[in-house]
Amino acid sequence: MRVIKSALPKAIMIFLIFTVICGVVYTGIVTGAAQLIFPNQSNGSIIEVEGKKYGSALLGQQYTDQSHMWGRIMNIDVTTYKDENGKSLMYASPSNLSPASEKYKELISKRVDMIKKANPDMEDTAIPVDLVTCSGSGLDPHISPAAAEYQVARIADANNLSKDSVRAIIEKCTEGKFLWVFGENTVNVLKVNLMIDGILK
Amino acid sequence: MTGTILQYVFYLAVLVILAVPLGAYIGKVMNGEKTFLSKLLNPCEKLVYKVTRVKSDEQMTWKKYAVSVILFSGIGFIFLFLLQLLQGVLPGNPQGLSGVSWDLSFNTAVSFITNTNWQAYSGESTLSYLTQAVGLTVQNFVSAATGIAVLFALIRGFIKVKANGLGSFWVDITRIIIHILLPINLVLAICLAGGGVVQSFKPAETVSLVEPIAVTADGTAIEDAVIDEKNNIVTVNGEIVMGAEIITEQVVPLGAAASQVAIKQTGTNGGGFYGVNSAHPLENPNPWTNILEMLSILLIPAALCFTFGRNVKNRRQGLAIFTAMFICLALALGSIAVSEQVATPQLSQNGAVNILAENQAGGNMEGKETRFGIASSSTWTAFTTAASNGSVNAMHDSYTPMGGMVAMLLIQLGEVVFGGVGCGLYGMLAFAILTVFIAGLMVGRTPEFLGKKIEPFEMKWAVLVCLATPIAILVSSGIAAAIPSVADSLNNSGAHGFSEMLYAFSSAGGNNGSAFAGFNGNTVFLNVTLGIVMLFSRFLPIIGTLAIAGSLAGKKRIATTAGTLSTTNGLFVFLLVFVVILIGALSFFPALALGPIAEFFSSIA
Repeated sequence: MRVIKSALPKAIMIFLIFTVICGVVYTGIVTGAAQLIFPNQSNGSIIEVEGKKYGSALLGQQYTDQSHMWGRIMNIDVTTYKDENGKSLMYASPSNLSPASEKYKELISKRVDMIKKANPDMEDTAIPVDLVTCSGSGLDPHISPAAAEYQVARIADANNLSKDSVRAIIEKCTEGKFLWVFGENTVNVLKVNLMIDGILK
Repeated sequence: MTGTILQYVFYLAVLVILAVPLGAYIGKVMNGEKTFLSKLLNPCEKLVYKVTRVKSDEQMTWKKYAVSVILFSGIGFIFLFLLQLLQGVLPGNPQGLSGVSWDLSFNTAVSFITNTNWQAYSGESTLSYLTQAVGLTVQNFVSAATGIAVLFALIRGFIKVKANGLGSFWVDITRIIIHILLPINLVLAICLAGGGVVQSFKPAETVSLVEPIAVTADGTAIEDAVIDEKNNIVTVNGEIVMGAEIITEQVVPLGAAASQVAIKQTGTNGGGFYGVNSAHPLENPNPWTNILEMLSILLIPAALCFTFGRNVKNRRQGLAIFTAMFICLALALGSIAVSEQVATPQLSQNGAVNILAENQAGGNMEGKETRFGIASSSTWTAFTTAASNGSVNAMHDSYTPMGGMVAMLLIQLGEVVFGGVGCGLYGMLAFAILTVFIAGLMVGRTPEFLGKKIEPFEMKWAVLVCLATPIAILVSSGIAAAIPSVADSLNNSGAHGFSEMLYAFSSAGGNNGSAFAGFNGNTVFLNVTLGIVMLFSRFLPIIGTLAIAGSLAGKKRIATTAGTLSTTNGLFVFLLVFVVILIGALSFFPALALGPIAEFFSSIA
């Protein structure tokens, strides 16, 4: 009891002072520095062209149009977020499905059929795994170079472009590994589609 | 393929290269020696003592040290619990979120004071900016500091001879936060923000979608929909869909993420700013931020092995413990990496899906981000479950049965393969005490460790420290399995559903915090039970460790003789690994057989 009585005031004081230091001062310094040095990155990496916000370079969207590059499979969520007028906003979540179940086998088989139908030129090519799977965040903005190449013929056809000009766009939107070793090469799907639509140069 | 293997090797190599000097730095700080930051930080440290009237030379008995830890954690709990309940009426809430329910607040408060950071909620849609910064970020710091402080009390138990005190808990956490955690995290957080991790007090942004989406009234996406945005009409095969809504905008949730992400990684906390943790592109946008966040998971736990060796003046002992942990880590990492790269027959569809690593990561990409692929995801999974971090950059629920099992097993081993900051090492030292006892019995010598005799008092507590996690996990998941309503929380059926539940209780019992995230933990029963499990497996080992420390400090030092069993050679390392795996595997084999092992065999059948 005596021990508790002598320790309690110290515990409260130490807790309060570190709440101020770690919660307020630390968070404040980091926010100030980030907003000052990296204003675009720290506010969501939003792509803005002539005043219109065309998405975040870091968040995936769903594309089903023949003329656009398709991304990872999305598990759309429109119930979590509403704007101030009550209109639903898009968000997404991962599937959390086991990749070893019968149900999953059927699901993938359906996606394979759908993607083959949309890409008739690639009938004999195996579909890159990125295109039939849902990502970890559900909002993956990227696909692999293999998955991008798979769609070149379709995108070129639908937009009356040559395959090479589609490949040139993809090349521009490809990010390499960090120091050539870490992570993977990725193609930013939103940037590719904004370039195809002529919004981004 | 060579590129992929190189990636694994480099990740491990960079970790070791960074851990050695940091270990020396931490050792100096905790002894009050001079470092290159002393001039700047010593005045801050003194100021804290002045304001709080802490005597910097106080020597606490183990009981007083334990009481201080529990009181401090208790105050943190009350503050965080109330903060969540009341966030709806407090400032710093631009999204206008309401207060959190009592059971979820209880669970989350316990989760963060115990350094578990199990999350039954999604941060971006549940917690206000104020709660995240002043509540969660603070606990990320102080719960990590508490774990490290208890480790140093144990280290003093080994060093001191016929002494009573173990140092002051207040001085220990102050030094840890001011000299170690704050400098590392300030640098890390700003680097992360530069890499694209969000750090902003502005409310969430909305941006246009390139292609509008049509959804039914209950929010499910309509396939093959033809959208007429002008007239607000959705048709499928020429027929109008009634009540359909056209979505034209996407939300970009913001907040003070980078500052919280930095400490959740370095403090082995693991609680994500966003619901999907470091898989979220705004929390971990690219391979550069990924390597920073991922190495931060094991940085301090690995460094502490070297600190331990330095401060007990037996560097080889630190190296021996480090080696034992490293061997377990490398074995686990290898198994996860192979399982994920091989993927499953259900995914490869007899070759219709290309899972080769050419121009893509290949393998099991379900639940994984393209920018991380297999190598960076598998490494993260091994790191985060070896350390009791629990952050994720890929969804463990969607791992292959074997990959997911190894992750679960790393937690079930008691979080001693590096483990949480401080607590991983004191847990491993309890295993070391157990090992010298068993080895001593085998050869008929009195067990001793670092010059201190190991007697029944230490043995009893060491056994409790080692068995706290298995007991907590097995008892609680056994009870939960018998309760029918728990089945409603499962996302997958059959053996994998059982794995989801077992993983949840393992995560709470190991104070890890990661999940097979399809599992819905936000029910009153689960929030309360998981909360109790987390408290048990955090505080019983802390009390046990401090009791051992107190008893060891009071003993005299025995001289090393030819008869002393070496605790620094290869044989000891092997024995230690063997004891850890033996206890973990024996405790959990039956449960694992019902979950991942059953799922594995049915998937290849």
